[in-house]
Amino acid sequence: MKEEVIREPLWKIRLRLWMRSFKQNWELFREKKLALFGLGVIIFFAIFGALYPMYPVLMKNIFWKDQEDMFSAMKPYDPIIGYDPFIPGHPSPPSPRHPLGTDPLGRDILSQLMYSTPREFTLGITAALITVVIGTMIGASSAYFGGVVDTFFMRLADIVMLFPTLALLMVLSAFIELDLLKLALILGFISGFGSITIVLKAQALTVKVRPFIEAAKSAGGSDMYIIFKHIIPNILPLSFLYMMFGVTSAIFSEAVLSFFGLVNVRMSWGIMIHTAESQGYLGGEFIGKFWWLWLPAGASITLLCSAFYFLGRGLEEIVNPRLRKR
Amino acid sequence: MIKYIGKRLFQIIILLFVYVSIVYWMVELMPGSFVAHFIMNPKLTPEAKEALKKQFGFDKPAHIRYLLYMKNFMKMDLGISFLYYPRKVVSVIMERLPRTLFLFVTATIISYALGFNLGKRIAWRRGKFLDTAATFVGIVFWTIFTPILAIFNIWIFGVLLKLLPLNGFIDPNIWRKATISSQEIFKLLILNGGILLLVFAVALLIASRLKTLTAKKMTVWMSLLAVLIISFIYWYTSGYGIYALDILRHLILPIFTLTLLSFAGSMLVMRDTMLEIIREDYITTAKAKGLPDNIVRDKHAARNALLPLVTNFVISLGFTVSGGIITETMFSWPGMGRAYIEALNSQDIPLLVGLLVFTGIFVLIAHLVADILYAFLDPRIRY
Repeated sequence: MKEEVIREPLWKIRLRLWMRSFKQNWELFREKKLALFGLGVIIFFAIFGALYPMYPVLMKNIFWKDQEDMFSAMKPYDPIIGYDPFIPGHPSPPSPRHPLGTDPLGRDILSQLMYSTPREFTLGITAALITVVIGTMIGASSAYFGGVVDTFFMRLADIVMLFPTLALLMVLSAFIELDLLKLALILGFISGFGSITIVLKAQALTVKVRPFIEAAKSAGGSDMYIIFKHIIPNILPLSFLYMMFGVTSAIFSEAVLSFFGLVNVRMSWGIMIHTAESQGYLGGEFIGKFWWLWLPAGASITLLCSAFYFLGRGLEEIVNPRLRKR
Repeated sequence: MIKYIGKRLFQIIILLFVYVSIVYWMVELMPGSFVAHFIMNPKLTPEAKEALKKQFGFDKPAHIRYLLYMKNFMKMDLGISFLYYPRKVVSVIMERLPRTLFLFVTATIISYALGFNLGKRIAWRRGKFLDTAATFVGIVFWTIFTPILAIFNIWIFGVLLKLLPLNGFIDPNIWRKATISSQEIFKLLILNGGILLLVFAVALLIASRLKTLTAKKMTVWMSLLAVLIISFIYWYTSGYGIYALDILRHLILPIFTLTLLSFAGSMLVMRDTMLEIIREDYITTAKAKGLPDNIVRDKHAARNALLPLVTNFVISLGFTVSGGIITETMFSWPGMGRAYIEALNSQDIPLLVGLLVFTGIFVLIAHLVADILYAFLDPRIRY
């Protein structure tokens, strides 16, 4: 009997296998209405943020045709230094010129909102990526090696988990000038060494006892090879899931720190609410009267945070077989 | 078991020392100091500046101060607060702690009761409208930007409906003629709440021994009603009722906000555990026996799903102390979270370290209690 030889290159087979599993998972994912909603909101915000450069141009061509000089001098749609001199009092309520009104300093709220969106994404995803990379590597290696490595990282996780995150960040903000990148790094490191390592280690332990690890060892695979080629790919779905929750908590932490005015960022959703609060527009009667100062930014933070959480929950029901429908 | 607890206690002590050291150095390394605010004053003579430094211990180098702090820490002494000089840090914490605890314990109990009940229902009707709606609302509140929710609640209930006070601990207008301090009244209130909880627990214990369902329900409800009536009569006759009511009115809005924020956590845990348990064989058996649906749900499934919820509850109590920063700031509630912000803004090192250390001790104890409780409630787990 003639042996059949597979002539297809390896990457093509891999791609096909990958596509198939992707399709299967997509079918499972599509049933989760809430996860789809989350994905929709994330895509909406991505487009919303990407459209930011067009917004001032559009407004200029509609409302500022006759006042070109004034437009270039005042930059009324700049999120940080903009000012609209043609409106008698700021903050002004929503109007055609400023679809979401202006803030107490005369800056356009919609442009602030759009300007901040890509930054929130960057911060959330960077922080979550760092968290997951650290968590996965440490989880996998402490499960694989055990012993001293395991004890060290688990005790470290115990200590990190003792720190209340928000309180810790508040202290850190006193001697580190927290810009977006540093904040993402710190958030990533704090949560990377924390509880996520324990969860991923537990998952890696179940992988470690499977026969193919033994097989890879007897075939002469080095420790690093086994960790990176066999253990990590098997815990990757779970890490990806925790990345989604990580994005939520990173965006939330940034917003809270900005709200308390502890971050060195020029504009973000949290800072928008901080501006409104520090200028006294969030007290008593004013809360309802100046709703456009806090509602758009607050709703954006909430929507984006919950969107990533919904996505994470949806993925959890796929990754975690115990939650699947029978 | 005893050996396990001993081992854990040993670990906790080591962890605590490492934690205290990290916290101390982190706070110590913050630029500027409490005394620097006063030293900058050009009207002070050099002698006065030296005296000031000496008074707050800044004449010694940092590592000596650290060693002194650790020495005092081992004597259970957290030092003297700068901001509230010459009060001890422990006494400041002890003044603030009941307020935070009362707020958070009440909110946590309510939100767990709500989460438990909702969670078992939505897991039972998985994929139906109720499931989707409750999960959606729950997660939106779980991830909502906390200050926004607080502002929104203040606006709705305080400004539009004028039902509740906007923020604060007491209304000074009512307390003008008071002969008793608010702290005393608050302690009495806590005592009252504690008695209520205790009676509820005892009633549940007695009810579990009783045979019929009506007798069980009667015992629980009657004892609760009796305590409520007795405490009402006590507050009415003592004349302090109006003050207690004032504090309670200030409590409602923060508790409501906290409950909204956190019920989804317990609801989702309950839902996921229930989904796992529903697939067990004994649930199928119970259904096949012809038992009504809600009896299978409440008696067979929900009881076994309670375990992760109980441990989560204990652990979340550990985080109450630090969780209050945002809520307490928004509602001007003078608890631990507010004290933390005050200490941070004025660089009150002993108070700041004290608050963080206290939080750490709380969390560690909560984790230990959760582990012990786990072994106690689940006979399959042995240490």
